Amino acid sequence: MYTQAMDTGPKEERKAIRSAEEAELERRFDARIDDAGFIEAKDWMPEHYRRTLVRQISQHAHSEIVGMLPEGNWVTRAPTLKRKCILLAKIQDEGGHGLYLYAAAETLGVSRDELLDALHSGKAKYSSIFNYPTLTWADIGVIGWLVDGAAIMNQVPLTRCSYAPYARAMVRICREESFHQRQGFDALNVMMREGTDAQRAMVQDAVNRWWWPSLMMFGPPDAESTHSAQSARWGIKRISNDDLRQKFVDATVQQAQVLGVTVPDPLLKWSEERGHFDYGPIDWAEFWRVVGGNGPCNRERLAARVKAWDDGAWVRDAALAHARKQAIKKEAA
Amino acid sequence: MTTSSIAVSNSLHVRYILRLADTCLIHAQRLGEWCGHGPVLEEDIALTNLSLDLLGQARALLTHAGALDGQGHDEDRLAFLRDERDYLNLTLVEQPMRRDSAHSPGGDFADAVVRNLLVAAWLRLHWQRLVESHDGELAAIAAKSLKEARYHVEHAAQWAVRLGDGTEESARRMRAALEKAWIYVPELFADDDADAHAAAAGLGPRRSALRDAWREQISAVLAEARLAMPADGPWVSTGSRGVHSEHMGFILAEMQFLQRSHPEGRW
Amino acid sequence: MSNETHRNEWPLWEVFVRPKAGLDHKHCGSLHAPDATMAVQMAREVYTRRQEGCSVWVVPSSAITASDPGDKDMLFDPMEDKVYRHPTFYELPDEVNHM
Repeated sequence: MYTQAMDTGPKEERKAIRSAEEAELERRFDARIDDAGFIEAKDWMPEHYRRTLVRQISQHAHSEIVGMLPEGNWVTRAPTLKRKCILLAKIQDEGGHGLYLYAAAETLGVSRDELLDALHSGKAKYSSIFNYPTLTWADIGVIGWLVDGAAIMNQVPLTRCSYAPYARAMVRICREESFHQRQGFDALNVMMREGTDAQRAMVQDAVNRWWWPSLMMFGPPDAESTHSAQSARWGIKRISNDDLRQKFVDATVQQAQVLGVTVPDPLLKWSEERGHFDYGPIDWAEFWRVVGGNGPCNRERLAARVKAWDDGAWVRDAALAHARKQAIKKEAA
Repeated sequence: MTTSSIAVSNSLHVRYILRLADTCLIHAQRLGEWCGHGPVLEEDIALTNLSLDLLGQARALLTHAGALDGQGHDEDRLAFLRDERDYLNLTLVEQPMRRDSAHSPGGDFADAVVRNLLVAAWLRLHWQRLVESHDGELAAIAAKSLKEARYHVEHAAQWAVRLGDGTEESARRMRAALEKAWIYVPELFADDDADAHAAAAGLGPRRSALRDAWREQISAVLAEARLAMPADGPWVSTGSRGVHSEHMGFILAEMQFLQRSHPEGRW
Repeated sequence: MSNETHRNEWPLWEVFVRPKAGLDHKHCGSLHAPDATMAVQMAREVYTRRQEGCSVWVVPSSAITASDPGDKDMLFDPMEDKVYRHPTFYELPDEVNHM
C-alpha cells in the first residue's frame, strides 16, 4: 500500500575499501547505476546498499501487512455486500503486496521469518499511518482516497528503483493499487452526492482526522532526512519527501473540491507565484511521537500481528511435519 | 433513527433458496474474520478468496430470492434488514471461528478447516444437483458455483490431511474441532417443508438425499487425515428453521448495524 | 536469530505463470509453501487473482541453477558478433523480402 519515505536506521559507517578488486567492483556498480542500469539479486553490491534495501523493502512489506488491520476492522460491518466484497479484495491485495515485497527482500539473502521476527519484536518499523484508528465507515473510503493516494505517489518512482526485484514488485503493486484509490474515492463520492446529512458529516469527520497523518506519510522534511542523499545516489530514492508531499497536496486538494469536502487546513491557499498550493505547518511532534510507539493504536496493531503469528505456529509446524513425513515415505518407496 | 425489519413471504421456493443463500452469507461473514489474522500470509489470501466466492454465491441467490419474493427486496435489503428469525442458514456456520462470541471462546484454524470441509462438501453436493433445477436461474447459479465449490472442497481437504496427519498438537486440535462441529451435522440432512416442496417441484434435492454421498466424501478425507468421524448426536439444530444459536444475534448486530442506523443511507 | 526458528520455515518456491495458451511461462515471483501441492494452490491465490494465468509452475528455489553474473561477458557477449544469426543481416530483393 505505501512506503514511508523515512529511514530511521542507525547511521551506517562506510567501511574502508578492502582491496583493489573491491574498489573496481564498486566502480562498476556505481557506473551501472549512473547509466540507469539494474542491479539483480546475484550481482555484486556494496554491503551498505544491501542493508539499506533490506530495511526499506521489509519496512514497506511490514506496512502492507499491518495495514490490513485498520481496514480489516470493518469487513464484518461493511454496509452493503458489494462494499464488503470490494473491501475484502482490497485487503487481500495488501496481503499480496506484503508477500511480493517479502519475496523481493528475500532475494537479498534474508529470510521472511527473520524479517517477521524483527517486526514482532518491535525492532523493525512500519508506516505510522496505520497506528491511527478506523472509527467510522467513512474512514475506509478516506484511507482509499488519501492513504492509498499517498502510497501511489511514493510507489510510482520506485518502479524505477535500481534494485530490479524491488522495481518489479513495485510494477505489480502499482498496477493493483489504482483500484484501491478509486474504490475509496467512489465510496466517498456516493456518500457525499447521494447520501444523508449524517453520512456527509461522517465523511468530513474522517477527512479531518486522516488529512494530516496522510501528509506525514511522505516522511520528515528534506532538511531532516538523514539518508536521502545516499539513497538518491544509489537510485533507490528518486524524488524528495517534500517534492512528493507537494505533488500530493496539489492533486488531492482538487479531488477534495470534486468531493465537496473541506481540507482541515486554514492556511491552505493556491500560490500563483509558486504554481502550487501553500499549506500549513505539519505537527512533527505528533509524527515522531507516533513513529516512536505512542500513537493511538501502535500496541494493538503489533499485538494483533504477534498473536496471529503465534497462534499460527502449530499450523505452520503441522504442514511442515506432514511434508517431511511424505518425503520420507517417498524415499522409502 | 433505525430501520424496521423487512418481511419475506412464506413461499417454500423462496425459503429453499434463502437457506442456501444465508448459509453462504454467514459462512462468508465468519471467514471474513480471518482477513489479516491468518496463520501465514499465503493462507490469509486463500481464506479471503473463499469468503469472496461465498459472498458472490450469496449475492446471486439473494437477488434471485428477492425477485421471486416479489416485494422489491434486493440483495442488500435481504442481507441486512431481516429479523433473526427469518435467516435460514445452518446453525453450523454461526459458530465461532476465530473470535470469541457470546460466552464461547474463539476457535482456531482447525475449526476453520473443519467448517470449510463440512460446508463446502454440503454445498458442492447441492450445486451438482441444482444444475438440473427446474428453476433456470438457480440452475445457472449452481453451474457457476460448482466450479468454486470444487476448489473449496479441495482446499479444505488438503488442509484437513496436513493438520490431521501433521503433529500431535494439530491432530488434537482437529479432533476437538470435529467434536465441536459434529453437534451441528444432523441438521445438514434433516428435511423440512421446503425440502419436500423442492423434491416435488423439481427445484432441487432434499437435504436427506445428500447424506450418504456427503458421509462417503468426508469419510475418505478423514481417513487420509487419520482422523475418526464422530458419531451423530441425538439433537438436530434448527438454524435452517430460523431458530438459531446464541451467536447469530451478535453476528447480525455487527453486520446490520450501519444499514439499521442509516435508513436512507447510500453507500 | 536462532536457527530453531528458521529450521521450521516453509521452503521458498519460485512461481511461473503462463498468461494464456500459446505463450511461455513467465517468472512472476516467489512464495512460501510446505509442499508442492500447496505451492500450486497458493500460487493460484497469490499470482492469478486477476485472471493473469491459465497455467502455473512452481519450483523449489533451491532447485534453480543460475548463471553467474560475473560470467555474463563470457557467456553472452560472444553472441554479439554472430549477427548472421539474425534475419535482418540478409538483404534480399524486394520481391521476396517478406521472407
